[in-house]
Amino acid sequence: MHDNVFDRYQPHDSLLHRLDPRVKILVTILFILSNILLPDGAWLAFGLGWCFILLGNLLAEVGVGYTLRRSLLALMFSLATVTTIFSIPGNALTTLHLGNISLVATDAGVLRFVSIMLRAWLSVQGAVLLVVTTRFPDLIHALEHLFMPKILVTIIAFLYRYLFVLTDEVMRMMRARQSRSASIPNVHGGGSLPWRVHVSGGMVGQLFLRSYERSDRIYNAMLARGYTGQIRTLFSHVMLRKDWFFMFLACLSLVALQFIGRIH
Amino acid sequence: MLHSPAVMHIPDGFLSLGVSITCWLITIFILALVLNHINRNFNERQIPLMGVMAAFIFAAQMINFPVAGGTSGHLLGGTLAAILLGPWAAMLVMTAVMAVQGLLFQDGGLLAMGANILNMGLLTVTVSYGFYRMVQGRSKTSRLVMAGSAAWLAVMTGALSTALQLWLSGTVQLDLVVPAMLGVHALIGLGEAFITVTTLAFIFRTRPDLLDGKTQTRGSRGWVLAGLSISLLVVILSPLASVSPDGLERVALQLGFLNSAQASKYKLLPNYSLSFLGQTSLSTILAGLLGLLIVTGMVIILARSLRRKGK
Repeated sequence: MHDNVFDRYQPHDSLLHRLDPRVKILVTILFILSNILLPDGAWLAFGLGWCFILLGNLLAEVGVGYTLRRSLLALMFSLATVTTIFSIPGNALTTLHLGNISLVATDAGVLRFVSIMLRAWLSVQGAVLLVVTTRFPDLIHALEHLFMPKILVTIIAFLYRYLFVLTDEVMRMMRARQSRSASIPNVHGGGSLPWRVHVSGGMVGQLFLRSYERSDRIYNAMLARGYTGQIRTLFSHVMLRKDWFFMFLACLSLVALQFIGRIH
Repeated sequence: MLHSPAVMHIPDGFLSLGVSITCWLITIFILALVLNHINRNFNERQIPLMGVMAAFIFAAQMINFPVAGGTSGHLLGGTLAAILLGPWAAMLVMTAVMAVQGLLFQDGGLLAMGANILNMGLLTVTVSYGFYRMVQGRSKTSRLVMAGSAAWLAVMTGALSTALQLWLSGTVQLDLVVPAMLGVHALIGLGEAFITVTTLAFIFRTRPDLLDGKTQTRGSRGWVLAGLSISLLVVILSPLASVSPDGLERVALQLGFLNSAQASKYKLLPNYSLSFLGQTSLSTILAGLLGLLIVTGMVIILARSLRRKGK
């Protein structure tokens, strides 16, 4: 399998791509933090936040609407907070009647719901921008420089490396299941639900055994090449002047955004 | 679709800063304990094993089974990881899975990742292993049954903890989110229980040595205590939260979790009185405990009948 099935990284040589991954991670986290800190209904600041995202898209040279398209899927979770519209007391806007329950949508509820949605949506786009412009190995290498324990970084590096191998394994198993699942049109096939779960459980078990045996082979191969528990890398991240400059500029803009969000 | 996002992954923006940071601190504290234990007791051989097992959990989540009406269920993996790898390794493996889901797929936010790791990694593994540890070394049937119940309970624990975090952030109302989350996850948990049990049954048939062999990092009896106390908390909190949310709100207010500015947004019940509250919460807690006893009884009866059938 080609790695671009999973990986969101877009190979390119733009300003954002060349930036030190540590700077990109810190700025993304600060951007998300800033979104959470903005008060409800700070529309101007939310709008400016989106302008930052658009600017990021331009600097990354991926097309202006790129992160917008990529962010929609992540908003499924928002359904969980629809109830907010009806649960916060305020001036009634409309009333929904569901059987004998009547739900009152309030202005305060709508304000809070829309604000939460905007925060989530901007934050997702920030995170998309980060992975679009940073190779995943660089990303976790930078996380190690920042705060992540070495052992966890190594595990994540292995996870990333073997994700593609094991996904191929899963695809083969699913194809095998598919090819043995013939059915006559208009006749119910596929067995009962417990049977289907049973088959899937067998597949998961099989995948476990294959992964386990593979990890043994991998370890032996690594030992043969002189593995001592250290993962080495050729990339040494060095902060250049432009990295510092970008970070300073981004922090300044985010502080300004907080001020704009608080004046009415 | 190769990767199906789970309901429980909280994106950024849904948790308040205080809740996000508190969850991160708890997660970091627990992970520090885990890393400390692993550094003392593990050799470097287990590092590639944990990495590949993390990839295994990730890939196993893609194996789905059609349920009804175009929906499909799939494994979440916390319980399976806890049983196959032991609690210490499973916590690291689940953390790695959550981290990659958040970083690579935006499945769960970055600031909210502490909460996500806590809900779906650490709590799930603790509850699962705590229950499974009680029957370690017992018959195959009792281990399978316990694994199933542990998987269901672990999913419910994660769901309740997610609901509470959303409520403490002022994002949702308690009496709506708790029944909704627990209702949905009661079904998701059933799927998780079934697929965990069938997977383990397959491994029992093919490589039983792996289930009490070298892959696991054994945990002490302390895990049983941790798992049981978390489940007891779930049993006490879920009916309390859905029947008398004001009681929980008051406790949160007193403990300083919920700030008063947020709490004042909610209307208190008009006929709110202390005796009424005490009676209600006490009776619901008793009902919850009774429910747990009934479930445990059913599980034991099921285990016995299965064992007889096995002979």
